[in-house]
Amino acid sequence: MLAFIIRRLFGAIPVVALVALIIFCLLYFAPGDPATIIAGDLATPEEIDRIRVALGLDQPFHVRLGIFLLNLVKGDLGTSIFSNLPVTHLIAQRLEPTFSLGVLTVLLSVVVAVPLGALAAWRARRAVDRLALVVSVLGFSVPVFVVGYLLIWVFAIKLAWFPVQGYTPLSHGVGPWLSNLVLPTLSLGMVYIALITRITRAGVLEVLSQDYIRTARAKGMGDRVIIWRHALRNAAVPIATVVGIGVALLLGGVVVTETVFAIPGVGRLLVDAILRRDYPIIQGVILLLAGIYIIVNLCVDISYAIFDPRIRY
Amino acid sequence: MQSSTHASATEMAPATSPEPERVGSAWGLFLRHHGPMVFGALVLALIVAAALLAPWLGTTDPQKLAPAARLKLPSAQYWFGTDALGRELYSRVLYGGRVSLLVGFSVAALAMFGGLVLGLLTGFFRQLDAVLMRVLEAFMAIPAILLAIALIALTRASVENVIIALAIAETPRVTRLVRAVVLTLREQTYVEAAIAIGTPPMLILLRHIAPNALAPLIVQGTFICGSAIISESILSFIGAGTPPSVPTWGSIISEGRSYFQLFPNIIFFPAVFLSLTVLSINLIGDGLRDLLDPRLSREL
Repeated sequence: MLAFIIRRLFGAIPVVALVALIIFCLLYFAPGDPATIIAGDLATPEEIDRIRVALGLDQPFHVRLGIFLLNLVKGDLGTSIFSNLPVTHLIAQRLEPTFSLGVLTVLLSVVVAVPLGALAAWRARRAVDRLALVVSVLGFSVPVFVVGYLLIWVFAIKLAWFPVQGYTPLSHGVGPWLSNLVLPTLSLGMVYIALITRITRAGVLEVLSQDYIRTARAKGMGDRVIIWRHALRNAAVPIATVVGIGVALLLGGVVVTETVFAIPGVGRLLVDAILRRDYPIIQGVILLLAGIYIIVNLCVDISYAIFDPRIRY
Repeated sequence: MQSSTHASATEMAPATSPEPERVGSAWGLFLRHHGPMVFGALVLALIVAAALLAPWLGTTDPQKLAPAARLKLPSAQYWFGTDALGRELYSRVLYGGRVSLLVGFSVAALAMFGGLVLGLLTGFFRQLDAVLMRVLEAFMAIPAILLAIALIALTRASVENVIIALAIAETPRVTRLVRAVVLTLREQTYVEAAIAIGTPPMLILLRHIAPNALAPLIVQGTFICGSAIISESILSFIGAGTPPSVPTWGSIISEGRSYFQLFPNIIFFPAVFLSLTVLSINLIGDGLRDLLDPRLSREL
């Protein structure tokens, strides 16, 4: 098992390196000269040149790439053009809200979608199945910010159950923290729930047609045990796969959700950086989110071996 | 004089439903099985027509400022109300639809074309596969919308750049789909036979393999169209999309953000149009998948 995990970890290194290369290239070929932006409108050409040399922008492509990769390994993502603060510092300040929102959404979605999908498969073509279908079609079709505003309108403005916007750190108590996160979690979770419900239903339906399910039925095993112990366990690999792939939807959705609900997280940082063309921040946040995506999917890969003992690479 | 579809429908009727002979024509049968798809097609046709015929549907200049008429709720004069600059929302929503639909269809077309070409090449030429798939894997490791945000942030905001960025972000997944189809097809006897009699590889790809990849490609293209429209609205919403001179559903919603509590109409109307458009496209996609590939419909 440990050997397998280590092998998978090393296997991910080329992908990480390529992602870093792609993101470096994006920044390298970006129009506009960071030195000119930093120097400001009143700078003389000599000053701009000095800044350019200080930042190493006068070096050729491969040298800059080397420096970039070396800094990356050291955990240095550069300095914000706008605030002159280290990007890692700016990101670290914003991690808690994003992390809270992301983890809560994954938990909520799995807890809602897996049973819903299993139920839909068990009661295929009945009312529950139809409901699950409607939920998943709507989840795929209604954009995250539309869901967000709808929830704000109903539950924050009309019913006043939850705050309209904002974020309270976890250190101020679990209650306030949670009440601020309920609506963002629900709106971010919609598309994810839709995705997992669909795959769970399909996977369980597939398993339920297998011979060993008929055998289990024949020997008098109850439906509940069949669904939980046999069907879901055997459908776990595709479900885990889609939980991992679906994180891509969440990472994009986080950026939007944080804007709708005025949550000061990493996504908000990215949006502000885009509006100010603060390239090092854009680069750093996208690297971070892509890194999270790669790590999550690595964990999913490793989880296969737990769900299905037949899988041994 | 009965069509074969009709004949088989009447044969099957007693087995599926106890009520006698209400099946009617083949069209009626089609409607019963693919109702959501027909509904989706109708709604999409209406929205496309509204966007294309906007100048003749009682709209005014969507960019015209009217400070005296700012922030009006819907009324007989302003059907959808006006925004913070007094611009008329009904016109903005209809004209905004043009951009969303253009982006959706163009991205789908470009990604399908790019994915088909790359997928055919990587699936068939194994040396190319090793290199290209590694690169595409890295692209797929960056969530599509983030890749699009990065590409847009580095270039000038324009409709063309949004289309190009989204197409680049969507192409790797189409490539993987086409490649998977090619990999199974190239093991088929008829492809082996074609290779054996010395058919040039390009001809094999175009005549024997590409047509078989078309059905899943079209289905995938429909879903890409829907997700591109959502992505475009997200880009416009966070200010990384089209320039302010072009109204789109996403940017109208973004501009209505600060006034949401008192004037929800600014967000409501573009949101409804946006959601209905994507919903109808997804319903068409689901229907096409069932029609073109009955095996796939069980999986998803």
